[in-house]
Amino acid sequence: MSTQLLLVQALNGLQFGVLLFLVAAGLTLVFGVMDFINLAHGVQYMLGAYLGASFAAWTGGFWAGLVLALPVALACGLVLEVLVFRHLYDRDHLSQVLATFGVILFLNQALRAIWGTAPLQVPMPELLTGGITLMPGLQYPVYRLAILGAGLATAGLLWLLVERTRVGALVRAGATNAPMVAALGVDIRRLFMLVFGFGAMLAGFAGVMAAPILSVEPGMGDTVLILAFVVIVIGGIGSVRGAFLAALLVGLIETLGRSLMPDLMRLFLAPSPARQAGAAIASMLVYIAMAAILAVRPQGLFPVRTG
Amino acid sequence: MMTIGRRGVLGGVAAGVLAMPAIRARAQQQGVKIGLVAVQTGPQAALGTQLRDGFLLGVKHLDGKLGGLAVQVVDIDDELRPEVAVTKTRAALERDKVDFVVGVVFSNILQAIMRPVTETNTFLISTNAGPSTFAGRGCNPFFFTTSYNNDQVHSVMGQAAQDEGYKRVFIMVPNYQAGRDAVHGFKSRFKGEVVDEVYVPLNQLDFSAELARIAAAKPDALFTFMPGGLGVNLVRQYRQAGLANIPFLSTFTVDEATLPAQQDAALGFFSAAPWAPNMDNEQNRRFVRDFEAAHNYVPGSYAAQAYDGAMLLDSAIRRVKGNLADKQALRAALEAADFRSVRGNFKFGTNHYPVQDFWLCKVAKRPDGKFQTETVRKVLENNVDPFAAECRLR
Repeated sequence: MSTQLLLVQALNGLQFGVLLFLVAAGLTLVFGVMDFINLAHGVQYMLGAYLGASFAAWTGGFWAGLVLALPVALACGLVLEVLVFRHLYDRDHLSQVLATFGVILFLNQALRAIWGTAPLQVPMPELLTGGITLMPGLQYPVYRLAILGAGLATAGLLWLLVERTRVGALVRAGATNAPMVAALGVDIRRLFMLVFGFGAMLAGFAGVMAAPILSVEPGMGDTVLILAFVVIVIGGIGSVRGAFLAALLVGLIETLGRSLMPDLMRLFLAPSPARQAGAAIASMLVYIAMAAILAVRPQGLFPVRTG
Repeated sequence: MMTIGRRGVLGGVAAGVLAMPAIRARAQQQGVKIGLVAVQTGPQAALGTQLRDGFLLGVKHLDGKLGGLAVQVVDIDDELRPEVAVTKTRAALERDKVDFVVGVVFSNILQAIMRPVTETNTFLISTNAGPSTFAGRGCNPFFFTTSYNNDQVHSVMGQAAQDEGYKRVFIMVPNYQAGRDAVHGFKSRFKGEVVDEVYVPLNQLDFSAELARIAAAKPDALFTFMPGGLGVNLVRQYRQAGLANIPFLSTFTVDEATLPAQQDAALGFFSAAPWAPNMDNEQNRRFVRDFEAAHNYVPGSYAAQAYDGAMLLDSAIRRVKGNLADKQALRAALEAADFRSVRGNFKFGTNHYPVQDFWLCKVAKRPDGKFQTETVRKVLENNVDPFAAECRLR
């Protein structure tokens, strides 16, 4: 395999990782700050994609779709928080898992009822169509580079927000010791609501960004959700920095594994079984990596400091 | 003012109630009940909807009758879960006493309900799933399909690639049984070099890694089988990666169910099928026109084959003059397949799978802005599936 191909694959991995980060960032904040397991986070990603698709079709442009989808995704997150999640913060994880799983089923069916089951398509913004030739015969779509850029920018903004602002300080404090923050006179419920809405909006943003390259269909959030959980567990729950690095790591492992594993297996096996075994192992690779990292560092790579 | 005594009313009601069973029994004798198995929930529900709409349009064109008998359709949503399909189908057989079971999008559902249906000597007509299992040694006197054997479709693409003179082909399929069958079917007729075979997980979202490999391999063509959402993602990303100059040969990847989402990205991509919406015969023109008028979307093969299923039943019931009890005669009537198919010619082989022509099709944009597959050329004529010889039915 040529170095060029390897570089392109690494870029693919980074781009996929950044997309994962956008989903995982909200999840890790909610999980870390509120100790709340939100399985419905993937549905919020899907909701974002559907909103983006509808608004884009309605207004006739991707950008308007994006701008309209974000506040609506935020509003949906807040409505869910008020109606369902708020009542679960004091319950144990099992209740949270059950209730948020119920939300997944409900929203999956609701989206199906509203938009139908056929996959939707979102036009790519005019500005970002076309590609850059990175290797002979392969154009790297500008849009994917834009996803990479948007993800990195979001990561930077989040870092500023969490590390350098007053709200960020409260969020970090809440992640470490919520009762103490509440005792100091901070309205922790409102903080939770804010974090939750923001997380939902980030997931929605990821959904809108992914919509032009992936198919917008019911259940699209479920696969992403599993990988997002892997990311936050590897990165250390509650840590935005950890989520960022873990997302890039997972994206790279997933992409490079898929492209290198079959070749690697061919060193030991005949071509035909090597291809199938390679593909099978490649799809396990992320989970093997997670198990290995957890065996060495049960808290994840960048745990939030506690105590 | 007229008054009716309480007694009179009661008497009237009692008479009505007593008369009801007699009416019902007569209705049952005169009508025909169809259990229509179509997935209505889950990500693949769009296919079940196509199937159901196609069958019901057939019934509508026949004035709500099949072979002169009034039709009652019992909807069975298999939820794409075999155990659910079996339970619901059993209920339809035992409680609703359906005369035929029709439909089924997916092979695994068909395999699950095969025995429950045929063991009660009820005819099962698959309008989509056509697995190899029931084409060869496992063929069944109570089973018919109006679609095809899956292997045939893949082999059509192999033949097409061979005819085009492609020397080096890159193959990419999902890593499960149907994916491996696709590779097998394609290779059965393609004799050139397979540059690489890539197997991807069924839940793959992003094909960027594979697309880079394809670009590096520089094949003459790509052969792929990516049903449903997989295909939507692949087609759009393939186009975005600038690979569209490499011919995109596919099976079950670009069809009328996925084209609304793929749109321009799929233009000029190839598929293989025994039918396409643009086929020029009277039956098909009427089917497509009325289907689009009623449902406002372009029918796919799921709908067309279900429509044919309704026509087949109509012809068979007419031939036995509505006597559904004589199974032997009914079977002979089904085998005769004396109806006009939207595909033009239609006949069954000894294993009750169609013997038919297969076409290379290409995605085109119609003047009204909608997308459909259109026939390019006939690749195989009167093709018999590769398993028919193993079937012992006479």
